[in-house]
Amino acid sequence: MRFDSLLDSLGRTPLVGLPRLSPSADVRLWAKLEDRNPTGSVKDRPAFYMIEKAEKEGLLTPGRTILEPTSGNTGISLAMAATLRGYKMICVMPENTSAERRQLLEMWGARIIFSPAAGGSNEAVRVAKGLAEENPDWVMLYQYGNEANALAHYETTGPEILEDLPTVTHFVAGLGTTGTLMGVGRFLRERVPDVKIVAAEPRYGDLVYGLRNIDEGFIPELYDDSVLTTRFSVTSGDALRRTRELLQQEGIFAGISTGGALHAAIGMAAKAVKSGERADIAFVVADGGWKYLSTGAYGGTLEEAEARLEGQLWA
Amino acid sequence: MAIEVRIPTILRNLTDGAKAVDGKGGTLDELFTDLDTRHPGLRDRLVDGKGLRKFVNVYLNDEDVRFLSGLETEVADGDNVTILPAVAGG
Repeated sequence: MRFDSLLDSLGRTPLVGLPRLSPSADVRLWAKLEDRNPTGSVKDRPAFYMIEKAEKEGLLTPGRTILEPTSGNTGISLAMAATLRGYKMICVMPENTSAERRQLLEMWGARIIFSPAAGGSNEAVRVAKGLAEENPDWVMLYQYGNEANALAHYETTGPEILEDLPTVTHFVAGLGTTGTLMGVGRFLRERVPDVKIVAAEPRYGDLVYGLRNIDEGFIPELYDDSVLTTRFSVTSGDALRRTRELLQQEGIFAGISTGGALHAAIGMAAKAVKSGERADIAFVVADGGWKYLSTGAYGGTLEEAEARLEGQLWA
Repeated sequence: MAIEVRIPTILRNLTDGAKAVDGKGGTLDELFTDLDTRHPGLRDRLVDGKGLRKFVNVYLNDEDVRFLSGLETEVADGDNVTILPAVAGG
């Protein structure tokens, strides 16, 4: 495959079967390898869609500064694209994210403003919104509320999955900004009768939920629960265990949030087996494991790895 | 046996700091009412006139009850209920 530039190579990622983790010939699991994108994560798709939309609308012109609250992958995608297109990039990132994310952002010339660990990404969003008000010349693309985020998946990820797997019955992905699930979910619902759209939401340690009061909670503006069939909360222990199974049984070296999506996918597969229905379950490998090596997720016992992950934002 | 309910940090002032408490009931609604007898004020933090409060997520055995039957979701001994505030990802 030949492309004019790296950005042109975005998308068209492989969909690979999981012959060992699939329970039967009638109930099959399929991994959408989004780590095969330019910066190594699914976030390249919404990042480039958001930048292109802002350029078309005249919001982004060379020399301008992009501001974004991000726990990592979206920031990395934006920083790479910003470098190529001549923008400055500032990320507001919670301080409890992996060292590799920081290194990658700095490598692509992004400036990082850390937000407090307590409150997780809620705090990053709050700090970024404040900075956007103080600096009206900065452009906040705002992945949580930018329709271009979901549109990227509606126009690219969704069609790719349906083309490669016309018999798809379930789509499972991690729930963060909700863009992947909203975009792919809407696309598949319009075309596949009774398709099940399943969210796997990471469940972190207490620190991340350390809000001052419950009214400080946050629901992304993009979220529309009518698109989903159901939503699971996946503990870091379950996510780690599945991440390791994917590595050991299928050879796929994925990040920890992928283990969360796989856990929900395996749960749906078990339900299908129990009810005697056939199923083709596609789930998203959001990124590779490289950025999480320093968290110790892949070595030692599961209990040790889980303890090391306590208080970290792993998705 | 009873139903174990995990309490988020932000509501532990109502449970004397306990991370999890036990309750009983046939539905989530009844369970919350039962918990409120021993932890007064808890129910009001979770539920308003229209059902679950906007930023409160409740999971029955890890599944979001909004996709089950909300407050009318049936619960039974041995189930796990987890309460969490809605937080951002990404």
